[in-house]
Amino acid sequence: MNRTVMIIWLIVIFFLQVGVLNNINFAGYINPYLYIVFLFLFPLNKNLIPFLTFAFFYGLGIDYFSDTGGIHAFALVFVGYFRLFLIKLFFKKTEVDYLLFSLQRQSFGQVFNYVVTLTLIHHFILLSLDNFSFQNLGSVFLNTIYSSIFTLILYFLGSFIFRKKQVS
Amino acid sequence: MHQLIYFLRKYRFFLFFLLLETIALSLVINNNSFHRSKFVSSANNITGGFYNKTSSISDYFQLDIENAELAEENAALRNRMEQLLHTLDSVSEFRVIDTTQYYQQYIYISGRIQKNQYSRTNNFLTINLGARDSIDKEMAVVNSKGVIGITEKVSSNYARVQSILNSKSSISAKLKKDKNQLGNLKWDGKDYNIVQLLGLPRQADIQKGDTIITSGNSAIFPGGIPIGTAIDVQGGETSVNRVVNVKLFNDMSSLKNIYVIKNFDKIEIRQLESNPDE
Repeated sequence: MNRTVMIIWLIVIFFLQVGVLNNINFAGYINPYLYIVFLFLFPLNKNLIPFLTFAFFYGLGIDYFSDTGGIHAFALVFVGYFRLFLIKLFFKKTEVDYLLFSLQRQSFGQVFNYVVTLTLIHHFILLSLDNFSFQNLGSVFLNTIYSSIFTLILYFLGSFIFRKKQVS
Repeated sequence: MHQLIYFLRKYRFFLFFLLLETIALSLVINNNSFHRSKFVSSANNITGGFYNKTSSISDYFQLDIENAELAEENAALRNRMEQLLHTLDSVSEFRVIDTTQYYQQYIYISGRIQKNQYSRTNNFLTINLGARDSIDKEMAVVNSKGVIGITEKVSSNYARVQSILNSKSSISAKLKKDKNQLGNLKWDGKDYNIVQLLGLPRQADIQKGDTIITSGNSAIFPGGIPIGTAIDVQGGETSVNRVVNVKLFNDMSSLKNIYVIKNFDKIEIRQLESNPDE
């Protein structure tokens, strides 16, 4: 995936998130947070500074539209920082492999573990900051699980559909 | 010095990460306090304009419901008007119309919700009224069925409303049948159609099905605006700590047309209340 295609995808997903996905409210409160795809699309680099800066402003943009202060920026930067550790943990990749790394070329099991872990951590931080108190912790856990399932279904369906298109 | 530079070089990603997280966290805290000015909000021209476009599309899906609600409200207002005309007719004395007798304290400004939100713990709405429509901070937002929230941040064309579905919201309320019993309306963040009435005095007799209305004690909400009906009382019938669950008349998930209420006397009341000489 080259750079222009990635930027177009990120812009499309941004407006999909603020225009449509924030308003789904399935069963009253369950929303997918598909913009986490940012972490999966952005190329790996040993120098974290540009990546974290972009993650911060991408999350802040979502915050501007959904009146949430800075919770999306916080959550996205947080998981963004630990992305490389998880890459090392799940894919056994080192700095040499970063340039040619792509999620599409990895085996599905590894990708699944990686994506699920990142999504769960991200959603948990996001929703507990959104709650902003120690009350209702149970509902934060439940909401994390439901929203993660929702996000993951959307992500895997999306990546499956658009991968097929590139091959043919 | 060498040590310091080495330290900064070694941990520069972590320090940068900490910096960004601190900024984000301070924005979150800033967003959670009512009286501070907000840096991040949807009441600016870019996001407001975007929501203006999207709501002009999504409005079409609710037109029939909205029309029915507005017609219902029109009918209610016409009935009120007929009653008033009737009393005017039957009063034989001559009435003098002058400005001191017909002093108007509240004015209603009609508007539309552009972005509704009800699924979070702290919900905010965006409306298409702003400083140009003489909207200011801390004005009541209602519709024909009941209370919605309080304006909180205003730009030239848009305003952000802190919904009653917000853990920071607190509205003074009373019982319709016994107007001296005041309580505070809060939300526990669980069900978006049910809010909680707290702090009712011990002697207040509240039953299932009682109507709750605004008290008019604050300078924001006029008295007598409907809120909802009590559905159950938790924590003992006569306890001070009892919590009354109130089902809202409004369906908070489908709001469209609203009124912002401007209180002409607000500044005067505020000045009087904050007088330190007493």
